Amino acid sequence: MANTFAFAESRGGDLRKVAFEAVSAARQAADATGGGEVHALLIGGPGIGDKAAALGRAGADVVVVVEHAGLARYSPEVFAATAAARLRAGSYRAAFFTASAEGRDLAPRVAAALDVSMASDLTGFAIEGDALVGQHPTHIGKIITTVRLTGTPAVATLRPGAVTVVEAARTPRVEQGAPAMDPAAARVVVTAIGAKGDAQLDLADAPVIVAGGRGLREAANFALVEALAAAFGNAAVGATRAVTDDGWRDPTTQIGQTGRIVSPDLYVAVGISGAVQHLAGMRTSKTIVAINKDKDAPIFKVADYGIVGDLFEIVPRLTDEVRKARAAQ
Amino acid sequence: MKIAVCIKRVPDMDLRFSIGAGGKALDPAGLKYDIADFDGYAVEVGLRLVEQQGPGEVTVISVGPAAVQETLRKALGMGADRAIQLAADELPFDGLAIARALAAELKDGGYDLVLFGRMATDSANQTVGPMTAHLMGVPCVTAVSRLDIVAGGGTAERQLEGASETVAFPLPAVVTIDEGVARPRLPSLKGIMAAKKKPLDVRPAQFGEARLTVQSIALPPDRPPGRIVGEGADAVPELVRLLQTEAKVL
Repeated sequence: MANTFAFAESRGGDLRKVAFEAVSAARQAADATGGGEVHALLIGGPGIGDKAAALGRAGADVVVVVEHAGLARYSPEVFAATAAARLRAGSYRAAFFTASAEGRDLAPRVAAALDVSMASDLTGFAIEGDALVGQHPTHIGKIITTVRLTGTPAVATLRPGAVTVVEAARTPRVEQGAPAMDPAAARVVVTAIGAKGDAQLDLADAPVIVAGGRGLREAANFALVEALAAAFGNAAVGATRAVTDDGWRDPTTQIGQTGRIVSPDLYVAVGISGAVQHLAGMRTSKTIVAINKDKDAPIFKVADYGIVGDLFEIVPRLTDEVRKARAAQ
Repeated sequence: MKIAVCIKRVPDMDLRFSIGAGGKALDPAGLKYDIADFDGYAVEVGLRLVEQQGPGEVTVISVGPAAVQETLRKALGMGADRAIQLAADELPFDGLAIARALAAELKDGGYDLVLFGRMATDSANQTVGPMTAHLMGVPCVTAVSRLDIVAGGGTAERQLEGASETVAFPLPAVVTIDEGVARPRLPSLKGIMAAKKKPLDVRPAQFGEARLTVQSIALPPDRPPGRIVGEGADAVPELVRLLQTEAKVL
């Protein structure tokens, strides 16, 4: 029986939400093809093994832990060699990574090392006979390409947020692994990680995203967006390209084709008209709310719920109501 | 410094797309083409490195049918020194197949630096750069938003979710370029005239087997029609009620 592999992404010693998504995708693939085990690979610095058991709740049967003082930060060549070695040693039908900054860097290295092709940024997939068939938004999201991948293992990255984590409540076996190459011998070395902003949730991890655009008129008014995000309690703040180009917000928070592509449970667009470039980055969100003064703004064509009017009145009221609703829970 | 920049000819993304007969490709009617966005940044990065650190040479390479020569000429017009078309009637969707063709051309070319855009705006796989690097046996850094090259090596910055990382690497290397590094220049009239006389070699592309293929393409499903809940702040309680009871996200 072939097993299924998932790469469990971590940063700063903690599992990322996308780690559970990759494991859950592997669980769904394994169950749909008659079973087999889900093996997750977790690489990090000393202590990362403490997080292994948590992957059971997304359906991992085995967690291979590779702990090494030289791997507290992402090390592309060592991570790729280690994942490829594990995939070569076992009989794996498919290997799931995430289309995050790290996963997009890592997965093609692993696939090339195994001499297999890979599918990218899938929003859905199925195993059909000898092929993995998946949906991949292409052409800045204006086309959905259904791709067919043959070869073993089928390597794929999954769009963050596209996989719903199904609680599977397993107690995984934890195996200790070793890096497949000496971390000190890596040619490409991450020498520093600079944190951006405060301890807010990242766009890829947050179930709710509140994003602001030009309608806010000036950078200081993003305080309204931040207050709304704080009221939700599980929200990250994003921005349009117009706003980041003008230096109102950090470029890493730009949502759109040339920035971040997100799929949260709830996306609240504040003062955003809905340029194609922006829609490409958020149209797969599960629920979209738009607040805009122009009733003909394109954002209302993709929004499930819209309020037309002055955001400077609407957003503070919404912040109050959300805070009350959260407090009542 | 000898630099290669791999560029792709892609349709203009601002146009309205329709699905071609056969359901596997865009209807070509009315499409316009240009260098893929990120690949344009990569050309600019290559040109600036040679201008600032010369002497050197920038070679632009594209895989595809004769039409890619127009894209290569544009890059020559921007200032690249020579061009190579790896000729193929069709470009496979499989990044590894494209990487095989590129690596075969690049491997013994003596390049210090091979640049790519971080992904093509049409196929959006983001795999060809790192796969080419693997096949060439050289280090690779992807999606860099800042790049400094000094004697024999480089440092780059990559944007992560909510953070950035600094990466050091030796040359020769493959680097893929995110936006933010350098806004591409427009070809000057003089550059366009000069481009006509610059060398453009054509060699056949060797892909090997493509194992990632397009089964079909479709326009994205329309989102179910949304609704305007109301106007002004008075609509807020109804919105909150819908988020709780209907969308169940609050």
